[in-house]
Amino acid sequence: MSTETNQMTAKDLITDQEVRWCPGCGDYSILKQVQTVIPELGLKRENIVFISGIGCSSRFPYYIETYGMHSIHGRATAIASGLKSVRNDLSVWLVTGDGDSMSIGGNHFIHMMRRNFDVNILLFNNEIYGLTKGQYSPTSHEGQITKSSPYGAIDHAFNPAALCLGADSTFVARAMDRDPIQLREVLKRAHLHKGTSILEIYQNCNVFNDGAFEIFTEKATKKLTTLFVNHGQPLVFGENNRKGIKLDGFAPTIVDLETTSENDLWIHDEKDRTKAGILSRMFDHPSTEGAMPRPFGVFYSEDRACYEDLLNQQVEDVTNKRGKGKLDDILKGNSVWEIK
Amino acid sequence: MINSTEIKEDVTIMFAGDSGDGIQLTGTQFTDTAALFGNDISTFPNFPAEIRAPQGTLAGVSGFQLHFGSIEMNTPGDALDVLVVMNAAALKANIKSLKIGGTILANTDGFDPKNLKLAKYPDGVNPIKDGSLDGYKVYEIDVTKHTKSALADSGLGTKEAERSKNMFVLGFIYWMYHRNMEHSIKFLEEKFKKRPDLIEANIKVLKAGYNFGDTSEAFNSRFEVKAAPMPKGIYRGIMGNQATALGLIAAAEKSGLGLFYGTYPITPASDILHELSKHKNFGVKTFQAEDEIAAICAAIGASFGGSLGVTASSGPGIALKTEAMGLALMLELPLVIINVQRGGPSTGMPTKTEQADLLQAIYGRNGEAPLAVVAASTPSDCFEMVFEACRLAIEHMTPVMFLSDGFIANGAEPWRFPNASELKNIKVQFAKEKNKGDKFMPYLRDKKLVRPWAIPGVAGLEHRIGGIEKEDITGNISYDPDNHEHMVKTRAAKIDNIADYIPLQTIDNGAADADVLILGWGGTYGALRNATAELLAEGKSVAHAHVKYMHPFPKNLEILLRNHKQVLIPELNNGQLIKIIRDKFLIPAHGLNKIQGLPFYSADIKNAVYKLLN
Repeated sequence: MSTETNQMTAKDLITDQEVRWCPGCGDYSILKQVQTVIPELGLKRENIVFISGIGCSSRFPYYIETYGMHSIHGRATAIASGLKSVRNDLSVWLVTGDGDSMSIGGNHFIHMMRRNFDVNILLFNNEIYGLTKGQYSPTSHEGQITKSSPYGAIDHAFNPAALCLGADSTFVARAMDRDPIQLREVLKRAHLHKGTSILEIYQNCNVFNDGAFEIFTEKATKKLTTLFVNHGQPLVFGENNRKGIKLDGFAPTIVDLETTSENDLWIHDEKDRTKAGILSRMFDHPSTEGAMPRPFGVFYSEDRACYEDLLNQQVEDVTNKRGKGKLDDILKGNSVWEIK
Repeated sequence: MINSTEIKEDVTIMFAGDSGDGIQLTGTQFTDTAALFGNDISTFPNFPAEIRAPQGTLAGVSGFQLHFGSIEMNTPGDALDVLVVMNAAALKANIKSLKIGGTILANTDGFDPKNLKLAKYPDGVNPIKDGSLDGYKVYEIDVTKHTKSALADSGLGTKEAERSKNMFVLGFIYWMYHRNMEHSIKFLEEKFKKRPDLIEANIKVLKAGYNFGDTSEAFNSRFEVKAAPMPKGIYRGIMGNQATALGLIAAAEKSGLGLFYGTYPITPASDILHELSKHKNFGVKTFQAEDEIAAICAAIGASFGGSLGVTASSGPGIALKTEAMGLALMLELPLVIINVQRGGPSTGMPTKTEQADLLQAIYGRNGEAPLAVVAASTPSDCFEMVFEACRLAIEHMTPVMFLSDGFIANGAEPWRFPNASELKNIKVQFAKEKNKGDKFMPYLRDKKLVRPWAIPGVAGLEHRIGGIEKEDITGNISYDPDNHEHMVKTRAAKIDNIADYIPLQTIDNGAADADVLILGWGGTYGALRNATAELLAEGKSVAHAHVKYMHPFPKNLEILLRNHKQVLIPELNNGQLIKIIRDKFLIPAHGLNKIQGLPFYSADIKNAVYKLLN
């Protein structure tokens, strides 16, 4: 079977369905990177399941030739919980958006992370409701003008990475649709992580929120506004990586490598929950005075038992201890009497 | 001394006191002993809504009602023959249920000024002293004092000693009904295995209660209730929720599927979860989800993966699951949804029974969303009907709702349980290969209109399903007008076809062409059966049929109804089955509706029938 696996190509993952996202949508790039990465993961196509909720991104399963379910709004996480509970042999991928995961599906989203089912969640964040044609979402920024906030949104926005760390997620990463190389890298990492992997992907909605992430994706600004973190490497950014981040107690500060030694920089450690928290809080809009660059890459990765393994283990332990249950025994119960 | 013994056909006793008085234990002990003796039994516990309501108050009264007899017992009894009260609040809360002339056994210690005040009797009023109970036989026993003196040398502290006062009452009742204490002695020996001092103390108090009856001259009448002529066989006691849990395990075994139970705690359904979570060695996977929606969605996920997905709740939780039920019926996957009904709407009356979710079950979803619905009629029938729900869900690839209610969920009765080998097998067919040339069509149907169940892991059958309207056969998204109409009608026809795979409706008692047919469904079975038997004995032309397959109906239901002059539909709601019967068959049925959180009494039914006959 391994030869068959090796033979799988991106083409084998394309369905006969016409892709119907708006021309220019960031989703196209993400679909392409996923179809490119999956054949490299050593999986069999029949053992892969994509589950989505509702929203533009949630059409994803129709476009990838694996098993798939396009479910209801916000519930892909809950459906995947049941599926993984009974089928830990499957590679389960969830596709969700900012509204799907953090508004209507917020409850299931946080509980999935605390239980740590072994699934990969691709969170397409475009900071807008696209499918319903342009209302503000839980990640829209304060003051954002949308169809439902003509005078500016007054809701405080969620910080997804901080939310996930707060829910004890065991894997938190960020990528963007316009950086395919880095996206492919973190997609692989998400797959390799055993546990719930959250991959937030900045995705441009060119119809209702065009350019929301331009400042991170465009050449002119990218170098100064983004920070790509790598395990064991110092935090550097800027033109020719001549700027760095130093920790002043718990406060990150930007330093110039012309005057500061690289040895004094913050060395990224994916296993450090506290520092991951600080990374997630580097969230000011780049236009803010003194804003930190926005981190991308794997913030945090922790090994913790997965719910489905604990569940299976408990079933096994109880069965070993009490013996495999016999239906006649429980039908009979503990106390019977006979009528003659 | 001379004791007279009176023979009784049946007796209804209620034990009532503080939830800390060991009332439920006393009740179940007497029940087990009566069952072992060969009486038919029917019981119902009555818990306070608050978990630890203040001691001695009306809100804190816990009750256990037991109906046992030498004849067929169909209900826990309409009115009490004997009311055992541990305190004043217990008397006040239950006196209205006692028959005129009935017996009250009162623990006088529970009628001290403090307890009288807590029960909100006016200052200086003590009902057992002021003649207000003159219409009843009142026996006053200072249970606390007798218990303490029985344990004077035991070395137990006052508190610990007082805790066995329920055993004194149990012993006394055993004496009153000529029962031996053997079963309860064995029970105590097992329960307190690690505390020999408590075994000794409790047995001592139990015997003291029995001997008190024997030696005290205050009591000169005893009763005897002979064994009931029950069908031969081995019996056990069973509660509805327990039967439901066992039915699910049985269906999983008989289908060869893993059982996945996704649920969120809710009264009165939680005991199913408690029971199932004990049986991990049957491979049962219980999942206590973060909410009702997650519970059903997880069950859908499990079914998608090839397990038997089941979810359970009560009214408000079922309302939350509604959208996901729609998804399950679009996906056409097996799913069992259990609704243990309680008083509604909204939070309603969580600990009280009602059957007001029938219309919700059959119609309560957005769009044209037909669901198969079955309903259990007695505690042990929960086993059979939830098994049927699983069978229909699996063999017809559809969500099925199983309706129970708080009355039968917590009620208990003897059950001549089946052998595992007697249960029918449930046929599961997972798709193994492509079904249309070199393609796999997830919505290509068989003659029952059932689509294939293709679970992940099979190469070549990769496919996508979802909640959006789909093209028949291919399952691709489709907004085509004709296709939508075709799919709506196909999904409805698929459910209607189930009528070919369920038993025909039978008449439970009475003639096929009576003047009045009593048509019931769900947990009112016992009350309707009793009333029918009594009416028939009076020579009235009545019959009783009880529907268990609510949607679709058995194919012969209409003809069966038309053979009777009039149809009476008693329901514990404001008229739900009657709407469906009138709508489907244009039969001018009469309703009898009780919406008090209480079961029907025989008299309710009989009066309604008398009216129709006149």
